[in-house]
Amino acid sequence: MAKYIIKRFLMMIATILIIATLTFALMHTIPGSPFDDERTSNPTIQANLEKFYKLDEPMHIQYLYYLKSIVTFDFGPSIKKPNESVNELLARGFPISFELGMVTILVALLSGVTLGTFAALRHNGIIDYTAMTFAVVGISVPNFVLATLLIQQIAVNLEWLPPATWSSPLHMILPTLALATGPTAIIARLTRSSMLEVLTQDYIKMARAKGLSPVRIVVRHALRNALMPVVTIMGTMLAGILTGTFVIERIFAIPGMGKYFVESINNRDYPVIMGSTVFYSAFLVFMLFLVDIVYGFLDPRIKLHRKEGDA
Amino acid sequence: MNERKKKEKKMISDEKVLQVNNLQVSFRTYGGEVEAVRGVDFDLYKGETLAIVGESGCGKSVTSNAIMGLIPQPPGIIKNGHILFKGKDLTKLTKGELRKIQGVDISMIFQDPMTALNPTLTIGEQLTEGLRTHKKIGKQEAKKRAIDMLKLVGIPNPEERLKQFPHQFSGGMRQRIVIAIALICDPELLIADEPTTALDVTIQAQILELFEEIQRKKKISIILITHDLGVVAKIADRIAVMYAGKIVEIGNKREIFYTPEHPYTRGLLNSVPRLDLEDEELQPIEGTPPDLFSPPKGCPFTARCDYAMEVCDHVYPFTNKLSEAHRVDCWLQDERAKVIKNSDRVG
Ligand SMILES: Nc1ncnc2c1ncn2[C@@H]1O[C@H](COP(=O)(O)OP(=O)(O)OP(=O)(O)O)[C@@H](O)[C@H]1O
Ligand code: SF4
Ligand SMILES: [Mg+2]
Repeated sequence: MAKYIIKRFLMMIATILIIATLTFALMHTIPGSPFDDERTSNPTIQANLEKFYKLDEPMHIQYLYYLKSIVTFDFGPSIKKPNESVNELLARGFPISFELGMVTILVALLSGVTLGTFAALRHNGIIDYTAMTFAVVGISVPNFVLATLLIQQIAVNLEWLPPATWSSPLHMILPTLALATGPTAIIARLTRSSMLEVLTQDYIKMARAKGLSPVRIVVRHALRNALMPVVTIMGTMLAGILTGTFVIERIFAIPGMGKYFVESINNRDYPVIMGSTVFYSAFLVFMLFLVDIVYGFLDPRIKLHRKEGDA
Repeated sequence: MNERKKKEKKMISDEKVLQVNNLQVSFRTYGGEVEAVRGVDFDLYKGETLAIVGESGCGKSVTSNAIMGLIPQPPGIIKNGHILFKGKDLTKLTKGELRKIQGVDISMIFQDPMTALNPTLTIGEQLTEGLRTHKKIGKQEAKKRAIDMLKLVGIPNPEERLKQFPHQFSGGMRQRIVIAIALICDPELLIADEPTTALDVTIQAQILELFEEIQRKKKISIILITHDLGVVAKIADRIAVMYAGKIVEIGNKREIFYTPEHPYTRGLLNSVPRLDLEDEELQPIEGTPPDLFSPPKGCPFTARCDYAMEVCDHVYPFTNKLSEAHRVDCWLQDERAKVIKNSDRVG
């Protein structure tokens, strides 16, 4: 297990480095500069600013400074908001985005797995058909469409819930719903099909032959095996949810990282782009790393496959 | 040979553990109703091994699943009949009542040990969970019992092995574990559905020996389902021959092997190689069993039987009792049918 974790960890570091390099390269290939704005068009000021941000140095030196900023985790001040550091922006925006993302994943996992399991247990019954119809709709409606619909119907017309911002648990319901519906549907479908397959396995029949209760058979014998494919897609799903937060944050005016990120790209605010991209991708890669480890725990064949041979 | 030795050790009492009367099981499918088991009768005595043999699809597994209460309903239905386990009719029990018997009084061993164990649970958990559910005993006591069971089925270092997962065991070892799981609550009846089919020959022999040893120690009754007449010859006391959802002949091992009466039984015996009759040609039975969606009114073997008569096609034969144990369903038993030439006999 330790070997497996170390291997995954090194791969994680390498991945982050590649992403950082790509970000740097892309950032410098897109045309424009932070000082295209007419207010800062004075050439002397611009030269001073460029010197301050080390933009006058050759590219490879800039790259080294950039790597240093990543390792020391200090991305310097923002160009557009010089009195704020990138670290401060991250510290302010990230917790909110994180909250939105995590609540979404939690909701999606719990409801998706529950729906999928019941659909499988009542195979071809009403629950099954209802759940799967919901799943098809959930997968095909994009989250920004759903978000708009929810705001229109539930917040504006019915006035049941607040339409925007992130100031109380009540405010969190609509954005979470908009963001979680797609993943819930995907997880429900996946759980259902893998549960249906697991339920035909001999070890389930054997569990029945032991006279165990149906609840125990499902929870202890079937679910863990049925969840393997779900854990496998959790990685890509996380990426989807995290990018989804950017869109949802904008629609619901949530002051998360998405806001700063989009602004920084429009402004060519290099330190913010670099800081948030690297931080975000590092976070994502770390989550994937966690998913891998969870998978190792769920499936003993991975955990122990090099430790002991066959009997 | 060792037949006598076995008799001395083996105690078959005349107490009936199981009585199956006119069991009929069907499956409702999109294509129609499959009549998988069409009226099966047999008794099982304490301490004996009954082998059920027959071609693929003849209803052996459905019969044993019905006894075990494992017929999925739907699509399955027990259309008729009774399964009396020590006088209690299993077909009348609720699911909850049945669970108190499953794994406790009646246990089952499955064909493929590679898939019968849950890959994500340790052997220890899988061994003890039945025990802890049914007997309400503590963790430590259950563990001790699990270790004893692993010793009984011949697994070395049982304490360590309890913590391991199925993929860390070979096929033969896994089948031993499956047997240990089946035996841990001290059942009176063990149903083994092709327990050795998935194993290679040397392991097969070891597992069969294990069955015999367990039966001697625990006085357990065994229903053994198999394709393999070699296995039957080795450990069965009685043999039931199934064909198209019916038991067409049943009798003691000697009776079935030496004086088989049903043409299908003879066909089965003729289709396996025998060491004592080296020069005899193997004769597989021509044709295939009838479609169970609409089974024939008369004898289901008619289309493949060399002795088929007019009556066979229309009326199912009566059951002729040749001895205390030996019964056969065939029109040749009728006095009016011509006597079969002795040369046609196998034994
Ligand atoms: N769940 C089911 N749904 C529909 N038909 C079934 C089902 N289970 C069994 N059958 C049918 O019942 C018949 C008897 O099957 P069974 O499994 O008892 O055969 P078997 O004698 O055990 O054969 P084998 O030697 O191949 O294991 C077969 O025709 C099979 O197709
Ligand atoms: S009843 Fe007729 S068809 Fe059936 S086995 Fe006997 S002789 Fe053959
Ligand atoms: Mg079978």
